[in-house]
Amino acid sequence: MVGITFSIYIGIAWTSRVKDTKGFYVAGGSVPPLANGMATAADWMSAASFISMAGLISFMGYTGCIYLMGWTGGYVLLALLLAPYLRKFGKYTVPDFVGDRYYSNTARAVALICAIFVSFTYVAGQMRGVGIVFSRFLEVDVNTGVIIGMAIVFLYAGLGGMKGITWTQVAQYSILIVAYLIPAIAISFKITGHFIPQLGFGSTIAHGTNAGVYLLDVLDKLNTDLGFAAFTSAFGQGNKSMIDVFCITLALMVGTAGLPHVIVRFYTVPSVKAARLSAGFALMFIAILYTTAPSVASFARYNMIDTLNHKEYKTAPTWLKNWENTGLVAWVDKNDDGIIHYSAGKPFAGKPKFTKITGDNGERLVSNNLTSNANELYVDRDIIVLANPEIANLPAWVIALVAAGGLAAALSTASGLLLVISSSISHDLYFRMINPQATEKQRLFLGRVMIGVAVCIAGYFGIHPPGFVAQVVAFAFGLAASSFFPIIILGIFNKKTTKEGAITGMVCGIIFTMIYIIQIKFFGVKPWFFGISAEGIGTIGMLINFALTLIVSKFTPEPPQKVQDMVESIRYPRGAGEATH
Amino acid sequence: MDKGKMAKYWKKNLSVMVFLLSIWALVSYVFGILLVNQLNQIKIGGFPLGFWFAQQGSIYVFVVLIFVYCIYMAKLDKKFDVHE
Repeated sequence: MVGITFSIYIGIAWTSRVKDTKGFYVAGGSVPPLANGMATAADWMSAASFISMAGLISFMGYTGCIYLMGWTGGYVLLALLLAPYLRKFGKYTVPDFVGDRYYSNTARAVALICAIFVSFTYVAGQMRGVGIVFSRFLEVDVNTGVIIGMAIVFLYAGLGGMKGITWTQVAQYSILIVAYLIPAIAISFKITGHFIPQLGFGSTIAHGTNAGVYLLDVLDKLNTDLGFAAFTSAFGQGNKSMIDVFCITLALMVGTAGLPHVIVRFYTVPSVKAARLSAGFALMFIAILYTTAPSVASFARYNMIDTLNHKEYKTAPTWLKNWENTGLVAWVDKNDDGIIHYSAGKPFAGKPKFTKITGDNGERLVSNNLTSNANELYVDRDIIVLANPEIANLPAWVIALVAAGGLAAALSTASGLLLVISSSISHDLYFRMINPQATEKQRLFLGRVMIGVAVCIAGYFGIHPPGFVAQVVAFAFGLAASSFFPIIILGIFNKKTTKEGAITGMVCGIIFTMIYIIQIKFFGVKPWFFGISAEGIGTIGMLINFALTLIVSKFTPEPPQKVQDMVESIRYPRGAGEATH
Repeated sequence: MDKGKMAKYWKKNLSVMVFLLSIWALVSYVFGILLVNQLNQIKIGGFPLGFWFAQQGSIYVFVVLIFVYCIYMAKLDKKFDVHE
């Protein structure tokens, strides 16, 4: 199954190879909106969306809405505030816009550094996803898996550039959405008797002791009985506070609209109208997965508690033992009764460290220090989606399909990011700043070489995942929200924004956000700003950026007339033509 | 291009944008977050209403908002003769 999908990707790469930089950076500006919407959706939905999100929500309950709304709402901002105008502006990259609009190479350089940093942060996370899928499903070594994945990305990104990536992503979207929906539909039908997961989510349970009761009511009760906060309850004990939920959601939305690999997609369509439309299609395709995810989360939560809690370990379903072998599940029999007890709190400190010995019931023993609470079960959140087909007793080909879907999600996002890194260096740095006389051929060659270099660095991260991956994801969104978003918006909607204003805003916004995240994530400082966590602080960084940019712009000389005319012209769609350099 | 006409086009664009963005903020931040506990008192089928907006409803509304903007702007572009 995975082999078939890989050959599809390479076939597409060969037919869409390109000969010029325009094809390489923006697919020649000729992608139809529907296809671009699909490609954007695949690019956007990473291994985190596909593998981790439903798992996170099933443990977070209501608070999971920070991801659901945060990672979709940004498209409304994109469609209404950014995409049409950036398309009319018609250059290749985000640093291009920043550099030209703010008539300054300093601004261009700051934007360039942010773009590269954000993209590498993201890629590292994707490679970990590839590793997880390979290690569980393909029975090859994780390292071999990462190398195979990297070789394939290099082939289609290097040959076809943006064009190759876009058409491969269309295929990858189809694979990942089918892979997500089949188990979701099956599990929804099994638990509630409804084929549509979004409806099953709000219906009654079909069988067993809870038959006839609404699923969400049962979850609320189970959660409360086991010592967790009720599933649908917001804020309060054991949940994030209202201001934190608000800020994280806003930071993720604004961050989405400021991510370079998302913005660049809107340069690949033929017109301003198509740019607006493709944002709509992109969100529609994303929404199919994002409205299914919370349904899957609640089914999985119910299923897990229902099939495991108070059951004998020896008679527990085989998927439990399969996942125990990968080290993502562990059980410690604290009271020696051979029965699994699940409740709030961690069963032991940290991640499981397995010894070679097995216990009386055949479980793998861990050497961690046990905690004093009654919980005996450790479940890694990443397995919820991957284990779903096994939990629902689906045939083996579905399980293979889910593996292929997870890989499609990780590879499509990785390739989009690698292209941003490559074009940042070969276009923004080399062509625009170092050697403006470079020929078309030199630039294309450098673009391909940079993809190769970026693939190798990403591969290195995949094989030696840095311990800080989870921590730095907050950086990617925080930085995008506090740097790009405000100055792009002001660059479009306020002609009088000056370069001094933009540079001050960008630098102060980033520095504030960075210091706060580093304090919390690396030095264990308590969130001191109204209790806002590191994930949400980008919102405050963004406000600082907006305020400073506006204030400094008031006291510095107006932008040159040429720049003001350019801002005027991007407001009207006519004459968008093709993206040029 | 006629300056007055262009200014009018831009003003219309801004007002529809502000209108759609207020709906965007209403369903997500007001219904989904600020008023979630109050709305959770109301049940639609098995869903507490606030929870439904936070995990389902707001996403549907986002999709609709973008398409409404596309259709409105396509008409506006033609009316003001700035379409491609």
